[in-house]
Amino acid sequence: MTGLVSVLIDGVIYSSYLFIIAVGLTLIYGVMKILNMAHGSLYALGAYVTATLVGYWFAGGFNPYFSFLLLPLAAVAVGLVAGPVIERGLLRFMYGKDEIVLVLVTYAVLLILEDVIKLVWGVESYSAFQPYGLLGNFDVAGLPYTVYDAMLVVVAILVGVALTYVLTQTRQGKLLLAVIHDREVSAAMGINVGRVYLVTFTAGTMLAALGGALIAPKVSVVPAMGVEVIVLAFAVVVIGGLGSLPGAALGACIVGLVRSAAVHFLPEVELFSIYFVMALVLIFRPKGLFSAPEARKI
Amino acid sequence: MNRSDRTLVGLGVALPVFLVAGWFLPNWLQSLLVLALGKGLVVVGLVLLMRTGLVSFGQGLYYCLGAYAAVSVGRIFKLPDSILMSDAIVMPLFGGLVAGVVALVLGFLLANYRAIFFAMLSLAFSMILYGLLVKMSVLGSSDGFNLAYKTVVGITVPAQAQLYTLYAVSVVMVFIVAFALHRYLRSHFGRLAEAVRDNELRVEYMGTSVRYVVHVNYVIAAVLAGLGGGLVGLSIGHVDPDLAYWTTSGEFVFVAVLGGTGNVAAPILASLVFEWIKSAAYQYAPYTWQMVLGICLLLVIMFLPAGLWSVFKRGAGRA
Repeated sequence: MTGLVSVLIDGVIYSSYLFIIAVGLTLIYGVMKILNMAHGSLYALGAYVTATLVGYWFAGGFNPYFSFLLLPLAAVAVGLVAGPVIERGLLRFMYGKDEIVLVLVTYAVLLILEDVIKLVWGVESYSAFQPYGLLGNFDVAGLPYTVYDAMLVVVAILVGVALTYVLTQTRQGKLLLAVIHDREVSAAMGINVGRVYLVTFTAGTMLAALGGALIAPKVSVVPAMGVEVIVLAFAVVVIGGLGSLPGAALGACIVGLVRSAAVHFLPEVELFSIYFVMALVLIFRPKGLFSAPEARKI
Repeated sequence: MNRSDRTLVGLGVALPVFLVAGWFLPNWLQSLLVLALGKGLVVVGLVLLMRTGLVSFGQGLYYCLGAYAAVSVGRIFKLPDSILMSDAIVMPLFGGLVAGVVALVLGFLLANYRAIFFAMLSLAFSMILYGLLVKMSVLGSSDGFNLAYKTVVGITVPAQAQLYTLYAVSVVMVFIVAFALHRYLRSHFGRLAEAVRDNELRVEYMGTSVRYVVHVNYVIAAVLAGLGGGLVGLSIGHVDPDLAYWTTSGEFVFVAVLGGTGNVAAPILASLVFEWIKSAAYQYAPYTWQMVLGICLLLVIMFLPAGLWSVFKRGAGRA
């Protein structure tokens, strides 16, 4: 029983973190039809910036509780800098090319960003562990969990609710949905599609960086972290259906729970199980669990 | 007709040149070339798929399978000290065979998928293999295996001639594949691939099964990837699960785009260029070699959308 509870709790915590990363990826895909491979590097960038900021904060002896503000701050900073640079500087010249070519373009960005990170931060690992233990622990069924992890779940839910609200209730969000539905007609109706793309990509970048910022206190920040996370994020969004917000949530839950179950009961199959589920979903629902039917093109 | 002849003549001239020149090359260059040729075979397969409009982000699956099969051929059949155990020709061929059989099975499924979904499902399959291999202690877990060959068609090769022999084996294999595929691409069935890419429905209306075309090309691509994996395994002397990791597959797609789909020789040429850029970048810019590769990729996508081969083609067109 205790095993089952801890599987569930670990799974939910891991799912929240996956959701935050994957939702940015699915947002960018939904609007721009770009499967952004560089998403993993932007996530790593968020983690590195956070680690650096947190390091300075605690070295400077400032109030430790305010260090939590550094996490979203790092995410916003990375998003505002890297997002527009990549979108305006590179991607906008590529629109209209084949989906696969766009994947390769972002793959090139990934290669470049990986080395940028190594140039700036070197190859040694960083850690920003201080905020992690700051809020203390609580027990569930006799097992201790940190309040930080619980906070992660809350943040994920907030992100999901906020995005849903923006997309369905605000004018900007409705414009975005119109662009998703039909880019050309939206442009003809006077929507500034270029701006929608810029905002979307920047928001997606912020979400990637937020994922990195939130995970930074939990793990050691190392160069390969972006490359590892991007295939996981792919698995999540593909399971849920590319471009679907509830899909990303469901995909994150599935991958999170499968992984935590595998880790608890059969650690050998941890990696295998995630991609096995991904393949299984693709076999039975080729376009993911939440996907709109599409007419066959002639 | 003219152009087809030119490719055949070119290949025919290049074969002896490669074989003779290889003898005089320094060791490091020989092993670099074996690596490039082996990976070139994988990319040739990928290009074959691209002609049907499909891009696989999981070709590492067959590359890795081929390499592991090459190692385990002796272990599986329990034939110590036999030809099978350590033959430079049998090992890669067995790798290709295993990859082909697996592709034949998976192909029934994958032949239904297109575009990004094909890419993602093949990615999932390759990551499944990676996840399995990393944890399987029978197959060396994340450390992998060492492998070496001792014989060629049963004849024992002395240690000092091993590198050149492997080089010669790779060159001959690559050229046989290139000749065969050149014929295949010019055949009726080979041409169907491009028709599928341009308009699937029309191909169906004309009475050909699109699934069948995709399936056949998929299996050929996998056999080539397995063959290439076996050669690369022999050239490095080591196989590990990273061969199936998604970055390996990404590299193949990179090289395929670099070369373009214009000719059988294009991916092999691109593979040679790629390994050269990679080793040069690694030597002169050890901390930024990935960045160099990334920038090269962007430049090719922007300025040579049809790949390196289009440079030659343009020249040939004017002449």
